Amino acid sequence: MTHAADLPLWAAVLVSLLLLVGSGLALIGSIGLLRLRSFYDRIHAPTLGTTLGIGCVLLASMAFFSVLQTRFVLHEILIAVFMVITTPVTLMLLARAALYRDRSEGSTEVPTLPVDAAQNERPGV
Amino acid sequence: MRRWLRYPLLTLALLGLWLLLNESVSPGAFLLGGMLALGGAGAFAALTPPRPRVRRLAAVLRLLRDVLVEVVRSNNAVARIILQPGRAQGRRSGFVLIPLDMKNPYGLAALTCILTATPGTVWVDYDAARSTFLLHVLDLIDEEAWVRIVKDKWERRLMEIFE
Repeated sequence: MTHAADLPLWAAVLVSLLLLVGSGLALIGSIGLLRLRSFYDRIHAPTLGTTLGIGCVLLASMAFFSVLQTRFVLHEILIAVFMVITTPVTLMLLARAALYRDRSEGSTEVPTLPVDAAQNERPGV
Repeated sequence: MRRWLRYPLLTLALLGLWLLLNESVSPGAFLLGGMLALGGAGAFAALTPPRPRVRRLAAVLRLLRDVLVEVVRSNNAVARIILQPGRAQGRRSGFVLIPLDMKNPYGLAALTCILTATPGTVWVDYDAARSTFLLHVLDLIDEEAWVRIVKDKWERRLMEIFE
């Protein structure tokens, strides 16, 4: 069993700072999700939480358990690796779905399909 | 047996992942992890992916360091944009079509991870036939500048590593 009260002061300050920064970034990301205007703008906001935000929380977790158990606790690195690898998949799915919808609705906000341009360039196709 | 050992880096990475998950380096963990890693690498080989060649480990470490710096910098930049809506009046977001010289799928995957891990840029669409990809940038000042940043800062160095 671990007890937060056993943590030395310097480690407690470090862990709290990291947690504050991490959760602050996640909060800012959520505010951005609410406040930015277009869908493509909003998709950027949550990445604050999934990059540096989660990084700070993971660092805090590593520091906390490493100091308490006086050995290196490193498996948080795995969470970071999986976040970095999986976030692009969901982001691309969302962005491409939005792009497909906007293109099929003929929105002027998004660039036209490059394939159309290629076909226009070649006469007779 | 050769099929199982065709991807030594992947096998080692899977073993490392297992040992980290278990937080143990006991012989039992090694044995089970080794078996799982060989099985995983064998299953990957069955997909017959193109053979990855990672060269210049020092370049990989330098790239990782620069990615970390860029992640912190762009987190700060995007947080400012969100928290200062007044200053955001002049801000313009938009799409940039970026031509790529890199064809290596591993390099492209790494580029996607880098661009997504830095807030403010999202990889939207990839056109394999024309070798271009569509990037959405939150704070788009100059489209030419973004093409240069992506090509000089990331693509060239990923090509050095993967091609």
